[in-house]
Amino acid sequence: MEILVCVKRVPDPAENEIEINSDGTDIERDDLVYSVNEWDNYAVEEAIQIKDKVGGSVTVVTVGDEEADEVLRREMAMGADKGIHINDETLEETDGLGVAKALKAVVEKGNYDLILTGAQADDGAAQVGGMLAALLDLPYASLVNYIEIIDDNTLKIGREIEGGNQEISEIKLPCVLSIQTGINEPRYVGIRGIRKVAGVEIPEMELSDLGLSEDEVAPRVKRLDYFIPEMGEGAEILEGDMEEVAEKLVELLKAKGGIK
Amino acid sequence: MEMALTPVAKVTILGIPLSLFAVLIPLIGISAFCYIMARRLIPLAKAQPDPRFDRPKQRLKYVLKFWLGQYKQPRYLVAGVIHIVIFAGFLILSIRSTSLVIEGFKPHFVFPGLGGFLGDVYNFLKDYAATFVLIACIVAGIRRGIFTPERYKVPPKYGKDHTFEAIFVLGLIGTLMIFESLYSASIVAAQKQQGLHAEFLPPLTLSWIFAKMLGGTSKGFLQFINTTSYFIHDSVFFFFLCFLPFGKHFHVITSIFNVFFAKLDRGTVKPVKYGVTEEELDNLPYFGVKYLEDFTWKNILDFYTCVDCGRCADVCPANAAGRPLIPRFLTIKAREYIFDRFPVLGEIKPKEPLIGTIYEEDEIWSCTTCGSCEEECPVLNEYINKIVDLRRGMVDEGMVPQTLQKPLNALAKRGNPYGKMEKKRAEWTKSLEDIDVKIIGKKAQAETLYFVDSATSYDERANEIARAVVKILNACGEDFGILGKAEKDSGHEVRRFGEEMLFLTLRDQNIDAILNSGCKRIVTADPHAYNALKKDYDGIPPVEHISEYILRKINEGKLRFKPIEDPNLVFTYHDPCYLGRHNLIYDAPRKVLDAIPGLKRVEMERHKDRSFCCGGGGLMLFYEPPEEEQRMGQIRVKMANEAGANAIVVCCPFCLTHLEDGVKTTGFEGKIQVMDLTELIVKQLIIE
Repeated sequence: MEILVCVKRVPDPAENEIEINSDGTDIERDDLVYSVNEWDNYAVEEAIQIKDKVGGSVTVVTVGDEEADEVLRREMAMGADKGIHINDETLEETDGLGVAKALKAVVEKGNYDLILTGAQADDGAAQVGGMLAALLDLPYASLVNYIEIIDDNTLKIGREIEGGNQEISEIKLPCVLSIQTGINEPRYVGIRGIRKVAGVEIPEMELSDLGLSEDEVAPRVKRLDYFIPEMGEGAEILEGDMEEVAEKLVELLKAKGGIK
Repeated sequence: MEMALTPVAKVTILGIPLSLFAVLIPLIGISAFCYIMARRLIPLAKAQPDPRFDRPKQRLKYVLKFWLGQYKQPRYLVAGVIHIVIFAGFLILSIRSTSLVIEGFKPHFVFPGLGGFLGDVYNFLKDYAATFVLIACIVAGIRRGIFTPERYKVPPKYGKDHTFEAIFVLGLIGTLMIFESLYSASIVAAQKQQGLHAEFLPPLTLSWIFAKMLGGTSKGFLQFINTTSYFIHDSVFFFFLCFLPFGKHFHVITSIFNVFFAKLDRGTVKPVKYGVTEEELDNLPYFGVKYLEDFTWKNILDFYTCVDCGRCADVCPANAAGRPLIPRFLTIKAREYIFDRFPVLGEIKPKEPLIGTIYEEDEIWSCTTCGSCEEECPVLNEYINKIVDLRRGMVDEGMVPQTLQKPLNALAKRGNPYGKMEKKRAEWTKSLEDIDVKIIGKKAQAETLYFVDSATSYDERANEIARAVVKILNACGEDFGILGKAEKDSGHEVRRFGEEMLFLTLRDQNIDAILNSGCKRIVTADPHAYNALKKDYDGIPPVEHISEYILRKINEGKLRFKPIEDPNLVFTYHDPCYLGRHNLIYDAPRKVLDAIPGLKRVEMERHKDRSFCCGGGGLMLFYEPPEEEQRMGQIRVKMANEAGANAIVVCCPFCLTHLEDGVKTTGFEGKIQVMDLTELIVKQLIIE
C-alpha cells in the first residue's frame, strides 16, 4: 500500500513556555524548540505498521521553511521511506486551505492509496485533513483511532465517540484519514536513528513545481491579533501549596454544587 | 606388602579384568565431558569481545577472596555455611577422588608427596571432609525440600520448580561421600580382621563408622563391598562431571573463571562494543543486545555460572515492589534459552530477538540499576551491563515506553528531562537573597564548580538542596560558581537507559562547559551526577560529593553545629545507591551526622551495601511500570519506621523525592520527616 502522511513542524508545548511577543502579532519565537506535531507522529507510526503488515511504502510530506526538513528526517528515521519538502516563501503566509491545496498537488503527483494527517496540530486549527479530502474528492474520516485492513480497497476504521464508546465504519480506498493520538504507541527515534538519515536527499518543491500560482494559495483568512484574554469576572486563581489549593477547590466545588 | 583385599585393578570376573572398566569409565566420562564442554563453549565463541585479562593481580585476589574464601556466602548465614562446608569438602576430596580413579587401573597409586606424613594428614582431613559434606548435603536437602526458603520458589510464569534438580545433585554428592568412605572402610575392616596393619580412621567419620559396621562380615563380602563401592563411586563421579554443564551446578566448573573475570570497576557501564571507538559507533549495524550473540562472552559465562540461589531476587527492589523483574530469572531464562538453542546433541537453532521470546520490555525497564543484585551475588554475576545493553537494543528498535520518550526528547532538545527552558536552569539562585551565585565560564571563573544537575536545578523541592549546598560552600569561604544554562543533564540515566548517543552529546557539552569554566575541582550533591562525572566523563577536574566535602570541612574546623533541639528525633541514614554501592561512600555521611551534637542515629536493617533503592534516579522518575504492588519509596519508609527512626536523612535529590512521596502515601505524614543531609547541615550550622 502506498501511503502519504502529512506532517508539520510545531513548537512543542511540553518543552516551551509559550508567550506572546511585545507587539502582539505572534508568539515569542526566540527560544522555542520544535518537534514533529504529536498527532502526525501517531499517523506516521500507523502508516509504518500498515506497511510492515501489507507491504508498500510510506512517504512523509511537509509544508514549511528550511528547518522543517528536520521533522521529515525524524519521521524517516522512524521508518518512512521517502520525504517531500514543500518549501516556498509564499506558503509561509497562507492559511489552511492554501496548505491543503499544496498537499493536493503532491497527492496528484503520486499514486497513493491512503493519505493520513494528524487530527490537528498543536499550533493549528484542525482544517487541513478535511479540506484535502474535499479538494481531492476522496472519502474522509476524522479522529481515527483504529485501522484494520479488510482487503486491497477496503478499510475498517474506528473513532471514539462521546462517553468513550467506539464507532466502527468502513471506508473505500483511496481515502484520507485524520489520526487521533492513542491509535498506537509511536516508536522512539534516537539521535543515532536521525544521524543515519542525515545524508538522505529530500526533494524540495516550490509552488511552480506543484503547478500552483501565488494567487491560488493567497490566504483567505487573515490573522488580526494575538492576546492573552483578560481575566474575566468569576475567574479565580487558587493560590497556596498543592494541598491548600486542593482543599479550596473541593470547598468551591461543594459550594457550587459540583460535588456533593 | 600383604594385601587384605585384592585391589580393584587386579580383580577379574569371568576372566575379564575389572581394570578394563576402571580405564573405560574415566575414558568415556572424560571424552563425554570434553564434548559437552566444547558444545557449551560455542555460544561463548559466538559472543562479543570483552577484554577481561587486565589487572591479573587484582583478579587473582578476587579468586582468593570470593572463590576460595567464599566471601559473599555468609551474607546468608545458613545457606552460606552449608555451602562453605560442601565447597571446602569438594576441594579436599578432589585429590582423593582423582587418585581413586587412577587406583582402579594402577594399584596402590598415591600422588607424589602424599605417601608419608602429608598423606596421613590428608587422609585424616578427607575423612572428616567426606563426613561433613554428607551431613551438609542432608541438612541442605531437608532445607531445600521441606523448609524451602521463599527465594527458591519459582513463580509459575518462569517454569517448573527447581527443587528436584537440587535434591538430585545433593543425592549424587551424598552417594560419592558414602561410597568413597565404604571403599576405605572395607579395606580397613579386612585389614583388622586379618590382623594386618590397619590404616588409621579418624573417629566418628563415615569411614570409621562403616569400618565398625563391617567388622564382623566375611572377607568375601568385604571384597564385594570394596569392588562395588569403587565402581559406584567411579561411575557417579563421571556421571556427575558430565551432568554439571546441564544446570545450575555448572558453577562447580565455571565459578572460578567467573570470579577471575569479574567486573572490577564499580559504577561503570561497558562501552557499546569493546574495540569500537566513539567515532566508529555510527558504523555499527545496530546497538546493544537484540540477540543472544550480542551479549559478551562474559555475559554468557555469567549465565552458565548462576547458582540459582535467589539472593539477587531476594534483595532486588524492583522484585520487592512487584515489578515484572526478578534478576535471577533474567539469568535462568537466558541459560535455558542457550541450552535449548545450542543443544549438546543436535543442531544449533536459528537466532531470534530476545525481547518478545524470553524477555519482556517492561522487565528490562523495571531495573533501577541500584546494584544490590550484583552486591549479593556469590559468584559475582553482573546485571547492570546486561540491562543497559538490552536497553540499548530496545532504544535502537524504537521500543521505548511513551513515558520515557517525552523526557528523552526533552533531554535532546533542552538538556533536561523536564523540557524546561535552559535559561531557567539557575532560577533557584534567585531566592538566595544574601548570596550571589557566580555563573562561571569564559567571563567569570572560580576554584570550585558546583555541578547541580537537572533534578536539583528544576525540581522545586530539590532546589532546596541546591540552596543548602550554596550556603555550605559560602560558609566555608569557598570560591565557587555554577555553570548556569551551559550545564546540561549529566546524562547518567540517559546512558543507563540505553540512549548512548544522547548521553555522549550531553557529556561532550558538559565537558566543554566544565573546561571552559577553568575550575580546579568539582563538587556535587547528586550521587548520579557524581557517578557520571567520576566514571563516565574523562579529562575533567577531580569530583567530590558534598558529603565528603562537608566531612573535610568539619575536620578542618570550618563547620560547627548547634545541637539537635528536639530530643524525640531519631535519625536514620539512607544510603543512595550511587553514593554507597557504586562508590563505596558509606562512612562520610554517617560521620557528618555523628558530628552534630545530640544527634541520635539508628541503622535500618538494610543499610550500607545492602541499602534498599528508593525507586531510582533520573529517568526512572518518569517510568511507569505496568505492574507494581507498592512503590519502593513506600517500602523504604516502612523499613525506617521499623528501625525506630522518625527522621530519614538522604544524600540525593531522587531519594528525597521518592521517600517524601513514600511518607505521604503510607500514612506517616507528620510522623516521619525526610531531609537531605545538606538541609540538615544548614539548619544546624553555627554561622559566625
